Amino acid sequence: MRLSWSDPRLRNLVWQILIIGAVVLAGWYLAHNTNRNLEQRHIATGFGFLGQAASIPIGESLLSYTPSVSTYGRALLIGVLNTLKVAVAGVVLATVLGTLVGIARLSPNWLLSRIAAIYVETVRDIPVLLQLFFWYGLLQTLPPPRAAFHPLPGVFLSNRGVKLPTIAWHAAHFWALVAFLAGCVLVWLIGRAADRRQAATGRRPRTWPTTLAALLGLPILVWLGLGAPLHVDMPALHGFNFQGGISITPEYAALLTGLVVYTATYIAEIVRSGIQAVAAGQWEAAGALGLPRGLVLRRIVLPQALRVIVPPMTSQYLNLVKNSSLAIAIGYQDIVSIADTTLNQTGQSIEGIAIIMAVYLTFSLSISLFMNWYNAHIALVER
Amino acid sequence: MSDTQPAILLDKVNKWYGAMHVLRDVSLSVGQKERVVVCGPSGSGKSTMIRCINRLEVHQEGRIVVDGTELTDDLRALDTIRREVGMVFQSFNLFPHLTILENCTLAPIWVRKMPKAEAEALAMEYLARVKIPEQAKKYPGQLSGGQQQRVAIARALCMKPKIMLFDEPTSALDPEMIKEVLDTMIGLAETGMTMVCVTHEMGFARQVADRVIFMDRGEVVEQGPPTQMFESPQTDRLKLFLGQILRGH
Repeated sequence: MRLSWSDPRLRNLVWQILIIGAVVLAGWYLAHNTNRNLEQRHIATGFGFLGQAASIPIGESLLSYTPSVSTYGRALLIGVLNTLKVAVAGVVLATVLGTLVGIARLSPNWLLSRIAAIYVETVRDIPVLLQLFFWYGLLQTLPPPRAAFHPLPGVFLSNRGVKLPTIAWHAAHFWALVAFLAGCVLVWLIGRAADRRQAATGRRPRTWPTTLAALLGLPILVWLGLGAPLHVDMPALHGFNFQGGISITPEYAALLTGLVVYTATYIAEIVRSGIQAVAAGQWEAAGALGLPRGLVLRRIVLPQALRVIVPPMTSQYLNLVKNSSLAIAIGYQDIVSIADTTLNQTGQSIEGIAIIMAVYLTFSLSISLFMNWYNAHIALVER
Repeated sequence: MSDTQPAILLDKVNKWYGAMHVLRDVSLSVGQKERVVVCGPSGSGKSTMIRCINRLEVHQEGRIVVDGTELTDDLRALDTIRREVGMVFQSFNLFPHLTILENCTLAPIWVRKMPKAEAEALAMEYLARVKIPEQAKKYPGQLSGGQQQRVAIARALCMKPKIMLFDEPTSALDPEMIKEVLDTMIGLAETGMTMVCVTHEMGFARQVADRVIFMDRGEVVEQGPPTQMFESPQTDRLKLFLGQILRGH
């Protein structure tokens, strides 16, 4: 075969070789340059520092941690968990709030839809960093612990955060939890049985009494059977701060509130457009068949709206997770904040940045994979 | 219910969209097993009128009584009527995420509280009657327009309605598919179903209709048996309309 520049296969090949060559060259240049600079400055590379004792003070942690004793590895793990703590709660709460606001905006109730519209149109226009400062500043204006708001017994609101009572742990609670999980399985089985009963007789049996009994009755019976141990750990003021109970720090509260309130505006618009994208004819056809409104929403409209909603929703989840790195601005110790301190103390910038990138890449790819799987799962069959 | 009672009664029905008066004192009585074809130029209010019969549109003045039940704000009356009145739309409106069979069984299962096996057997019976039982496991997107409209007819019939409404059922179809849908409707008419059909298919009107209603600008202008309407129209508006659609064919 004669080589000719008008042959698209030859053109493709040449372009691909050129592009790959350029990428390899750029990679080699960056690596070479970095190595030379590191050698000149006598900086050791590698992840050995992860085993060294870290002198980072950490305010809130899901794991036990002692500054100057625990390692950098543990500090970074705490950072990852703190990011995860805000990301998971944020995604769940933003989805709930956004869905409610999106539906509210479509409500025939004038006041409700107007309030939802004003919320969406103002909040989404303000940079999220400013919003975090706002929420953090607002929480700082709360009174000091001695003058804390005390709306319910055991609940205190102060500039040190929110204090809530907890229940002292007992083995009976573990078994009650097991009973609750068993109850969940039972509820699923009850639903399946109701489906079969409906398929066979046409009548769907009333399931809520048995569902309620399985979810609440079973754990309560187990708990009572084991002697009903209950000791509530109430927070109480000792000196300048509270002791006992659990606390939500102002940093976490501000970050979570800011991310949820901001992201929910986008989710509300996605939900609204998703529902509106379902043709009016679908409502009409279902209505003309005599199907009640709730059933139409559940069986006809939402399954179709989800196909429009899921892909942009994935982007919003990714945005929320990445925006959580703004935590550093209000002093919440997420992975970026702790990795930042780590690289300042150890000088291991490249490793520190690599860790941050690896963490976000892992989170983002996990979300993408799950959402893509879900999207494929609900896709329409055509042709 | 007595046989003398009309299946559908419209008494001086008025409706406005804002300032636009779309139904003007429309009065109409459709008897049991009667087959009525409604025609008229676009914007004449014929679709609005038929959509008022199962309250997809709400009328503002006058009375509408369907199968002995008056249409009001009362939701239970609405449920009763929608159960007894089937509707076929211009744009099919099949549920795209459900199979053909599920499209047909959804309402019988949830509204008529029918056991699933019975609902499926019924659906297959009607799908056979519209001559597409072999498509039962497919999705609407995999069917041609004509097939989709026949499924829509079967879906409405699965609720065993006493009255069927057709809102321009062939207007969105390619010419070669119109016949298969009209044949299905003719078959249905032969079973003695009460039918109100908005259509411009004059051949269908001649073959099936007991009575033709001509609407223009929100009013019923003229009505009568198809031969009289088409061969000796009384009003100028009907003459003009017939001239226009015959020229188009």
